[in-house]
Amino acid sequence: MLEKALKGSPRYWGTLIGLGLVVLLGLGFWVYQLTFGMKITGLNRDVSWGFYIAQFTYLVGVAASAVMLVLPYYFHHYKEFSKMIILGEFLAIAAVIMCLGFIVVDIGQPQRMMNVLLNASPNSVLFWDMIVLNGYLFLNIVVGWVSLQSFKNDMTPPAWCKTLAIVSVIWAFSIHTVTAFLYAGLPGRHYFLTAIMAARFLASAFCSGPAILLLLILFLRQLTGFDPGKKAINRLAVIITYAMCVNIFFFLLEVFTSFYSNMPGHIAPFKYLFTGIDGHDMMVPFMWTAVVLGLGCLVFLIPTAVRQKTPALVIGLIMLVIASWIDKGLGLLIGGFTPNPFETVTVYSPTVPEIMISLMVFALGGIVLTVLWKIAVEVRVEVEGGNLSMVPPPAVEAE
Amino acid sequence: MKNTRREFLKLAAVSALGVGAGRLGFLGDAPAHAGALPTVANFEEGLKAKHWGMAIFSAKMTPELIEKCRTACHSEHNVPDIPGNKNIKWFWGASYEESFPTEHGHYLSEDVEHRQFPLLCNQCETPMCVKVCPTQATFQRPDGIVMMDFHRCIGCRYCMAGCPFGARSFNFQDPRPFIKHFNPQFPTRMRGVVEKCNFCAERLAVGKLPSCVEAAGGAIAFGDLADENSDVRKALREHFAIRRKPDAGTSPSVYYIL
Repeated sequence: MLEKALKGSPRYWGTLIGLGLVVLLGLGFWVYQLTFGMKITGLNRDVSWGFYIAQFTYLVGVAASAVMLVLPYYFHHYKEFSKMIILGEFLAIAAVIMCLGFIVVDIGQPQRMMNVLLNASPNSVLFWDMIVLNGYLFLNIVVGWVSLQSFKNDMTPPAWCKTLAIVSVIWAFSIHTVTAFLYAGLPGRHYFLTAIMAARFLASAFCSGPAILLLLILFLRQLTGFDPGKKAINRLAVIITYAMCVNIFFFLLEVFTSFYSNMPGHIAPFKYLFTGIDGHDMMVPFMWTAVVLGLGCLVFLIPTAVRQKTPALVIGLIMLVIASWIDKGLGLLIGGFTPNPFETVTVYSPTVPEIMISLMVFALGGIVLTVLWKIAVEVRVEVEGGNLSMVPPPAVEAE
Repeated sequence: MKNTRREFLKLAAVSALGVGAGRLGFLGDAPAHAGALPTVANFEEGLKAKHWGMAIFSAKMTPELIEKCRTACHSEHNVPDIPGNKNIKWFWGASYEESFPTEHGHYLSEDVEHRQFPLLCNQCETPMCVKVCPTQATFQRPDGIVMMDFHRCIGCRYCMAGCPFGARSFNFQDPRPFIKHFNPQFPTRMRGVVEKCNFCAERLAVGKLPSCVEAAGGAIAFGDLADENSDVRKALREHFAIRRKPDAGTSPSVYYIL
């Protein structure tokens, strides 16, 4: 099926070349970082993790895009998702590849990366995170590829493939849980040290991942006419809405625990993020934007009549993605490291090279996604004789 | 068998150092500044303990004395002097609020309020940095010292997130141009790895006390926490001492006598 990625419209090649140029540009900055070290980042002795690790954390959530489709499809036989599943799985592949990319650019000695395997340390959550992320990548590649191949050949996917898909659903919960444990088990970081961290990761993943997937699918429909079906879109939007409500609820639980208990260490990160400490208020506008967009998106997503209108849905989803990105892709890490262990504030903000290197990783994910989705769409064109908007009969499932 | 191999390795390392220090031009005049090289006999006098610990008489630690200890430590271990917040610190002074931020005392006695407290790695009994390290580059020796293998560290900085005391520094850049007095008897680091105080494990191995203890001239008691006759236990028996953030559960081996 790979050959389908080799033929395409100028628009397809233009997208790839554009993304490729961004990768090249970012690559230059990465070489700069490899040459001079991480002094080119805004990271410092007190805020030792920043933008890279935050993007990694957010993208682990995006990898959840698949599970919210695979779970209803395989566990509840919700066949309407059949056209979307492959796109979700391919988005998960791109997301996990970006996760791994952000780890590689974040470590100080990337050439020693294999030490994590050579000196495997099961007491380190990072070791387990490496296992679950690579496992999830592998599962999605195999399940995605084999089911697309079967669809192309008009065959029922082999039974083991279905088993792996079910494994991947359970596995998906592990990637959020283990990534949350990276943070939640650290005694000196009050913003991280909370039992609900894994639950928050799941909630934020299950809203932001499918939201990005749905936005991309709506964009794809605009570009190619590929229509996953009105029912499927509406159902996914409902799932996203529920997950976002739970996400906000969990965050409010943190706020209550911190402020009602009045424990200074637990309050301090909230103060830094939402009001600033000692005049250091760089994060304040971001966090309040997240609050406004996070609550605002519910206005578009909760009322069914509004949610079912595509423009309103798109606005709601974009607001949701921005809000959840600020919460997890900025606030979580910066709040966790500020105030520092001396209860003073060391300001961190990403530098231009740091952002360019991040763009490189994003563009790399974009290339993977574009190629994979191209293949998926082309296969569907071939099978359905070019009529992409035709809703197919649900795929035959061995009961 | 094990012993003889160890002896051999020590001998080999020492003779390599000797040859290197004598002949290698790139060391500049550093060998001349360095002390005498340790011999096998020195290693036989190495200090041993069940669990090394430290008690600091904070009232005796004037800012000048802290600076003296800091200089002794940093020049012994080739700690670079990098300005800004990407700096490397093994030993440094900080205020009461910064040192004990969980104490939240409103009305401090004047001398404590203005006192500088020397900070260093706490050499915790249950160190979080060792637990989170994905490569065992940070490890704990049987005598309690938390050490680092600079050649195994991948620079993931998970230990820095795990340490509740801010005791760890990352080499954001090549540290070598920032080393003022190069000590050829201790390795320099490369960029991209984490480092911290090692309780002078290399000095204990040849029977010397840690350099800060030596420089402090009695203001820091050092010894075996498991031995009730040790200096450190004697100091702790006779004076009230606190540890930094005991609620973090890492059980520091460094005590502060107020």
